[in-house]
Amino acid sequence: MANASTSASSAASTPMKLKVKQFQPAQTPTNTYLTDEKGVWAWLTTVDHKKIGLMYLGSVAFFFALAGFLAIALRTELWTPAKTFIEADTYNQLFTLHGAMMVFFVLVPSIPAALGNFILPMQLGAKDVAFPRLNLASFYIYVFGAIFTFLSLANNGFDTGWTFYTPYSSDTNSAGIIWVTLGVFILGFSSILTGTNFITTIHKLRAPGISWERLPLNVWALYATSIIQVLATPVLAITILLLAMENILDIGIFDPALGGDPVLYQHFFWFYSHPAVYIMIVPGFGIISEVITTFSKKTIFGYWAIALSSLAIAFIGFLVWGHHMFTSGQSAVATTIFSFLTFLVGIPTGIKIFNWVATLYRGSISMKTPMLYVFIFIFLFSIGGFTGIMLGALSVDIHLHDTYYVVAHFHYVMMGGTLIALLAGLHYWWPKMTGKMYNEPLAKIAAGFIFIGFNVTFLPQFIMGAQGMPRRYYNYIDQFTPFHQTSTIGSYILALGFLIILYYLAHSLFKGKKAGPNPWNSRGLEWQSTSPPDFHNFSHTPVVIHGPYDYHQPMEEFQLGLAVEHGHGEEHLAADTTGSKAAEATIA
Amino acid sequence: MGRLFDFMLPENKSPLTADPTDGLFHFINEASLVLFLGVVLAMIYFAIRYKRKSEDDKTPVITHNNTLEITWSVIPLLITFVVFGWGYSGWLNLKTVPDDAYEIHVTGFKWNWSVNYENGAQTINEIHVPKGTPIKLVMQSRDVLHSFFVPEYRVKHDVLPNRYTYVWFQAEEAGESQVFCTEYCGTSHSNMLAKVIVHEPEDFKTWLDENRGGPSGSPIEQGEKLVSLQGCQTCHSVDGSDLIGPSFKGIWGRDRNLADGSSVTVDENYIRESILYPGEKIAEGYQNVMTPYEGRISDEEITNIIEYLKTID
Repeated sequence: MANASTSASSAASTPMKLKVKQFQPAQTPTNTYLTDEKGVWAWLTTVDHKKIGLMYLGSVAFFFALAGFLAIALRTELWTPAKTFIEADTYNQLFTLHGAMMVFFVLVPSIPAALGNFILPMQLGAKDVAFPRLNLASFYIYVFGAIFTFLSLANNGFDTGWTFYTPYSSDTNSAGIIWVTLGVFILGFSSILTGTNFITTIHKLRAPGISWERLPLNVWALYATSIIQVLATPVLAITILLLAMENILDIGIFDPALGGDPVLYQHFFWFYSHPAVYIMIVPGFGIISEVITTFSKKTIFGYWAIALSSLAIAFIGFLVWGHHMFTSGQSAVATTIFSFLTFLVGIPTGIKIFNWVATLYRGSISMKTPMLYVFIFIFLFSIGGFTGIMLGALSVDIHLHDTYYVVAHFHYVMMGGTLIALLAGLHYWWPKMTGKMYNEPLAKIAAGFIFIGFNVTFLPQFIMGAQGMPRRYYNYIDQFTPFHQTSTIGSYILALGFLIILYYLAHSLFKGKKAGPNPWNSRGLEWQSTSPPDFHNFSHTPVVIHGPYDYHQPMEEFQLGLAVEHGHGEEHLAADTTGSKAAEATIA
Repeated sequence: MGRLFDFMLPENKSPLTADPTDGLFHFINEASLVLFLGVVLAMIYFAIRYKRKSEDDKTPVITHNNTLEITWSVIPLLITFVVFGWGYSGWLNLKTVPDDAYEIHVTGFKWNWSVNYENGAQTINEIHVPKGTPIKLVMQSRDVLHSFFVPEYRVKHDVLPNRYTYVWFQAEEAGESQVFCTEYCGTSHSNMLAKVIVHEPEDFKTWLDENRGGPSGSPIEQGEKLVSLQGCQTCHSVDGSDLIGPSFKGIWGRDRNLADGSSVTVDENYIRESILYPGEKIAEGYQNVMTPYEGRISDEEITNIIEYLKTID
């Protein structure tokens, strides 16, 4: 009975009565997942979702630093209209690498695989994900994918842009393109397996009492994301196989010289890569919902609107890929329909923003660092959203397509959205993951640097893009110089912000103050464990008798039931139900 | 009429194609600004007004509000319908070439735009057009994807190797407008620039007559013209400076080191092979990036180019 789908289905006929005891997590845990198994080998072979989550987090941070460093090099090169310090071919390889690493190694795995892996089972009251060993396999597949990408650098690299458009990518003489596409192909399996694992976990491992309407919105968001991962990623794999067949065997699929069609490639590519945008952003929505309720101490406004809009986005997101191709030569009918559907996918996103703002109304708002990032998120992501409406409008997109306007737009969505949400989540869950607090004033200063640096970097790009500055340009005409220089200065400020974060998080790891189980007084289930959590998350299988956002109840009345001693499952739950004298609760 | 976001757009030199786009651009910006300020100001106001006073603050249970939620779903939906319809009509206008449009053929290739006119006149990286006449550019690519973009006309379309695409515009004043390639096409993508040069109608006639196509002049003169029109000078200088490919200056009769370690004397056959099948012998220190000219240039033209190359030293 420890799995909730059974309890939910049996509860549908007769509400089940459970005797439950209150319990309090220990203030200073003696045995945590960090002390349970030690040593490098124990980490590398662990099947603990928390350690795997941290390994992902470390890898994502590493790739983010690397790709961010490339971005600084690119921005520095663009200080002058002609050559500043690197050659055109180097520049072209660097922007390709920046894009490919940020998309495939940072944004796609960032929230689901790193934070999601850590938090999802805890929010469900589960001991681990459904398939712990598969989870570890996903991590190593990710690492292999990364190794192949680096091998491509040793084989002349690649300069096609992260989109690998044909026939440029099939004409290129570089062996690097084969290696990197193989890397992305392998990486895709990591994504598919993580998605499968999460879907199963959410369906089968919910603690007693977590019905679908008590599912934290973060879980809903990860659920929607996993569905997209499982359904869309195979198309990327197919596309890459076709590309490889063309490159290696000279079978004409996309290359007109061999009788193929380059527009077909774009359809295939965006059929994955547009839903992939939602793989990147939807988990961010989940984090925002968690943080904004905790720091307004208030129940979420429009729970179902937010939960279902994630699913709506996941669904409609599959039907808008053609909006990347308005100037490509695709058919007029397709273009019209894609434009129309693009606006429809904007609506659920707008609804979420309104719901979050409405949640603040009459709340008890505390502007701690995670909440500060939520405000930054809403500010930046709204700009990303509005400029998305601009790009969805057919006639205007003709003018703006493939200019810096698009570059600015997707940075506002991906960095202003996903990465800022990741920072919100990282600062929110950091005490849970490490058991330590970080330097709050320094964290706010860093957030300030990031907010200012980000806008100084990317606002000018909207203007120069609308003025006509094309993207992926090594040289540019003189009139754009002031915009490029402002943007470059902004990128340095942004980088400084990240260095400050690196500093105080490292400091916190070694010298941070003890966090205690629930420093934010959150009602989320993950906060009802010790910090850092026990190896099996909770020392007892929790029984959930409140919603995750029941902030109207004072903390002392907010209780979590304890059903059984850890690890024994059904019989003990049954025994406890009848035997204990503890409080009685109804699991609906 | 001045609009708030005028500063973002370049000059409008083809009102027939640019006006609908600009109108919608301004509308979306202004509507977005209102909504954006609404969201951000509400958020900041709430943060100040409902600042946490103590950890024991009580908050009300407000789970949803149907009227409010329907309002803020339906109003944006209606606005986006307007935006869709407006964008669609503007786009139809860009797709619908006027019947009396004057046709010019444009070919994109790494990294030049070659332009052909009705009477055989040919230019490279310059598109000469008459003012006040709708112009239709019929475009194709000789190698990879390119994209033809004139910000001042608000027109753009990808240029493909396996089909024709087109754009149209009507410039209303004499002068020049910048053309960019906006689909990434390799090393010199950012140098694949051109100009639209707008003439008074009578000046255009004169220009066209003066540049009537067909061979004229000595083989050397014809060779020189071909080297310019085929865009060779984008990658091969004639003054000895080092570009993407080796310079033409002083190569004739000399030995050249190849990437595979061997060497070859620059003679008629080497040049012919390097034009038709550039991948066969790669000069040391250079990449194999040139588009093969097989099937695109006649024997006589190759001979003329060779005669011209002999004279550069």
